[in-house]
Amino acid sequence: MSADAEFDPARAAPFLTTHSHNGWLGLTYRDHGADWVELALPWRADLVGEEEREVLASGPIVSLMDMASGLAIWTRTGKFTPIATLDLRVDYLRAAAPRGSVFGRATCYRTTRSAAFVHGIAHEGDMDDPVARIQGVFMSIATDPRSIPGG
Amino acid sequence: MAELTPYAKGLGITLAGIEGDVPILRVEFSDAVQGRPGALHGGALSGLLETAGYALLRGELERAGRATGMKPINLTVQFLASGKPRPTFARARIVKLGRRTASLSVEAWQDDPTRPIASAVMNVMVAAD
Repeated sequence: MSADAEFDPARAAPFLTTHSHNGWLGLTYRDHGADWVELALPWRADLVGEEEREVLASGPIVSLMDMASGLAIWTRTGKFTPIATLDLRVDYLRAAAPRGSVFGRATCYRTTRSAAFVHGIAHEGDMDDPVARIQGVFMSIATDPRSIPGG
Repeated sequence: MAELTPYAKGLGITLAGIEGDVPILRVEFSDAVQGRPGALHGGALSGLLETAGYALLRGELERAGRATGMKPINLTVQFLASGKPRPTFARARIVKLGRRTASLSVEAWQDDPTRPIASAVMNVMVAAD
């Protein structure tokens, strides 16, 4: 992506969430700000963790927050560069509602030359009553930084 | 071993074997677990790690004659290397099983169990006796 084409999550998310693991999960774009992105994880019968309770498993929520984190980093930096998750912590604050969708909002609050720091919440519509909180560190996996102008 | 969750089965996670009392779980590389082209998705890898943790803990609770209700408290994953397009395995270890909580350590690898591509610690609420 050229330097004058700023990363736009609203336009990029549909391309990044319609295939592979994110596509299998059915992640969709909801909203974004200068340093945050919110995605939706629609409820689906084959994503539950306990069949009898019809509650989304914890795994899909991790994937939701991982993807929202990546988009938040690209949104804050304005550049779509390859990144890898280094460390991701998820606190499961409560179970999601049966047959309920979950929304994941991640905020990139700090970037260095090679690292990006993210926090976020997974919620069901009320940001003050989250299902989970996350904290993550991501690393740039760009090629030799000396080859990137200004890198 | 108890059935895997619908989510785990959907990802393609299967039981590869049992060493001692420890289940070894496996996931094939497929579109459902792919992140960047040709690389395993970190979220799918986290799902494999958690599934391995619950599989071991459920068996341990059963062997102890305890209720098998389990609720996640938290999970921290260290991603050590990029997952290649090949089968991935995971195995957990119970660090501490208490009356109310269990602390587990889980590792995932591809070719060589001594060279993990991810390691995780997870805390789980277990039903009291």
